[in-house]
Amino acid sequence: MSDADVPDGARRSSDAPESATAALVEAARESDLGLVVGTLLAIYAAATLLTFTDGLNSVVGLLETLTFLGLVYALTALALNLQWGYTGLFNIGVAGFMAVGVYTMGMVVRSPDPAFGPPGLGLPLPVGIVAGMATAGLLGAVAALPALRLKADYLAIVTLGLSEIVRLSLQSSTFDNFLRDTIGAGTGGGRGMGMPDNPVRDLFLVDGQAGTPTAFGDLVFGIFGTDGLGIAHPILIGWGYIAVLAGFLVGFYLLLERLGRSPFGRVMKAIREDELVADSLGKDVNLVKIKVFVIGCALMGLAGILWFGSQGNVSPTPQFRPLLTFYVFIAVIIGGSGSNTGSVLGGIVFAAVLFEGPRRVGATVRGLIDAQTPASFADAVASLDPVTFLAYATDNIAPLQFVFLGLVLVFIIHRRPDGILGDRIETAAAVDLSERPAGGDADE
Amino acid sequence: MSSDAPDPTDGGAPDAVSAADGPDAEPEANDSEVEEAAKHVPSGPPSGDPPLRVEGLVKRFGGVTAVDGASFEVESGSLTGLIGPNGAGKSTTFNCITGVHEPTAGSVYFEGEDITGLRPHRIARQGLVRTFQIARELAEMTVLENLMLAPQGQIGESAVRAVTPGLRGAVVAEETDLRERAWETLEFFEIDHLAHEHAGNLSGGQRKLLEMARALMTDPEMVLLDEPLAGVNPTLEEKLLDRIHELRADGYTFLLVEHDMDIIMENCEHVIVMHQGSVLAEGTGDEIRSDERVIEAYLGEDL
Repeated sequence: MSDADVPDGARRSSDAPESATAALVEAARESDLGLVVGTLLAIYAAATLLTFTDGLNSVVGLLETLTFLGLVYALTALALNLQWGYTGLFNIGVAGFMAVGVYTMGMVVRSPDPAFGPPGLGLPLPVGIVAGMATAGLLGAVAALPALRLKADYLAIVTLGLSEIVRLSLQSSTFDNFLRDTIGAGTGGGRGMGMPDNPVRDLFLVDGQAGTPTAFGDLVFGIFGTDGLGIAHPILIGWGYIAVLAGFLVGFYLLLERLGRSPFGRVMKAIREDELVADSLGKDVNLVKIKVFVIGCALMGLAGILWFGSQGNVSPTPQFRPLLTFYVFIAVIIGGSGSNTGSVLGGIVFAAVLFEGPRRVGATVRGLIDAQTPASFADAVASLDPVTFLAYATDNIAPLQFVFLGLVLVFIIHRRPDGILGDRIETAAAVDLSERPAGGDADE
Repeated sequence: MSSDAPDPTDGGAPDAVSAADGPDAEPEANDSEVEEAAKHVPSGPPSGDPPLRVEGLVKRFGGVTAVDGASFEVESGSLTGLIGPNGAGKSTTFNCITGVHEPTAGSVYFEGEDITGLRPHRIARQGLVRTFQIARELAEMTVLENLMLAPQGQIGESAVRAVTPGLRGAVVAEETDLRERAWETLEFFEIDHLAHEHAGNLSGGQRKLLEMARALMTDPEMVLLDEPLAGVNPTLEEKLLDRIHELRADGYTFLLVEHDMDIIMENCEHVIVMHQGSVLAEGTGDEIRSDERVIEAYLGEDL
């Protein structure tokens, strides 16, 4: 609670021109970053325990997968938290905005004359990233403009609908052909499109070709790779990409913290609490909502690029179903909506414990069980043998995972509706409010 | 200060004399705070126009006519009361004035400018703010944050400027000033001990004080108070009225909707009576007391 730490709050209240770094260090100290790091270490420890018998590559590989998923979920959750946690805008079209981001990037960057797949515009990657963010942000504005004039629920319906329109459009070959004819870049329709070369990969390998490392690649592979510690090279490249993701996460976090701890953040919170009050106090509520939507959707577009752009190939249907949106919502809810640190934590916990964890644990458990998998649930129950039942359960972990997710969500909403860190007491001011500076009484 | 402004141009309106200034403030205790509050005193209307003029206001909801051609003026620096039985259209009139509802017909002028149908934030920016009948505190924000939200045109209210590193110093400097001003305003209303409390934890009366403090933080010319005393205990009630009188003496204009007849009669120099959506009578408390139409329509035999 913010009131509780008032006594030690004398810190930076009096020196008016606080340095940016001091403020950020302060923010980090106050915002439970230690909890995030601790959680990550606990997850690493559990993952190591789970796989250490399979050798170093399994351990490092699993850690890499978990970290990657944790970071991309954290990035997306942060973007959603701005809209939903801070401002109360119910955007359930996250998947659509991510798809628009990554597809725009692909279309802008892909070669105009590729060996296979749809043509692109052949522009540099940074241009593609900016274009992807801009398109996602623009689409956000388009979604928000009509919906903001209506009641809040309509925004949810509009965004969900829009997300599906995006997905189905990307899947349509007619739309693909139309784009190829008009702007000279296509989507690849249902088959999707290959993603441009990952610059991080180019950092390690010449031309992205396996086997010919760059000088930097040589150095890293020499220490950690097959010549050193013995870690497979793709895993090392994966960790290189994770470093980039971590950099973006820090950037997202600092940007959103600064935005939240400002007069703009106060207006966002006020809109969440009571729109009419904000309006009656002279705040242009609709304009702020549109801004929040554009910023949030552009960040979702960037998150989509960072996430799916590194996956080799994107295709609309398995990847950008509304399910993805709900996963991100679960991450925000677990972490606690309204808290940026909570969103980071929620993303990591969701990805590792709820999303990837059950599959890995299930697979490990299955490996330990010496039993035939029964053909159906009825057979599993009828066998009256716990081991057989467990074999069935661990073999069908993916569907069971949904049951598990549902239970966790019900539990959290029932027992801890604010999430892990969602106390919603985050300060919405650019200065310390915890105590009154000395000047107050002196001028009387 | 414009509380001693001469007669409005409107000939028929009876003079708003400060006949019954009822329970006025004890001077010594609040002197310094009054001075502090006075630092942010309204500049007064630029011209001779009355701060608020309502002309032939009509508001229909479907088949129901809530306001039916109400016309009145509020004088600069005055404390004007608006009364009427339930369903007389007082709150709807407030909502039409402040942009919550768009009037079906008629006009609202603020300091001579037509503000009819503008959205609430546009009206608030011109210096006309309101409080709500049922206090609408921003529950999950602290009292201090509630107040710091209110001032107009803050540098950091723009998303871009809030994150521009070069403007950081300006934002922090402004925030430091706002924080101090918010503290002073809280002291003036004697709720500074609640500064860090979540607004949702306040009592009903404290919320009313908070709302008024928040409204003042916008630097208004005129404040519309929608039943500020409803559900407030007698001690707090007196405190609230004291504050209103002090602020009025500083040049703020108030329009007060209130259910309690005695409070209006004792505190307002000018009283407007609404009945069935239009203005039935206006004048000083004494004139209203003796107005036969009012007695017939609203007051019954009590006065």
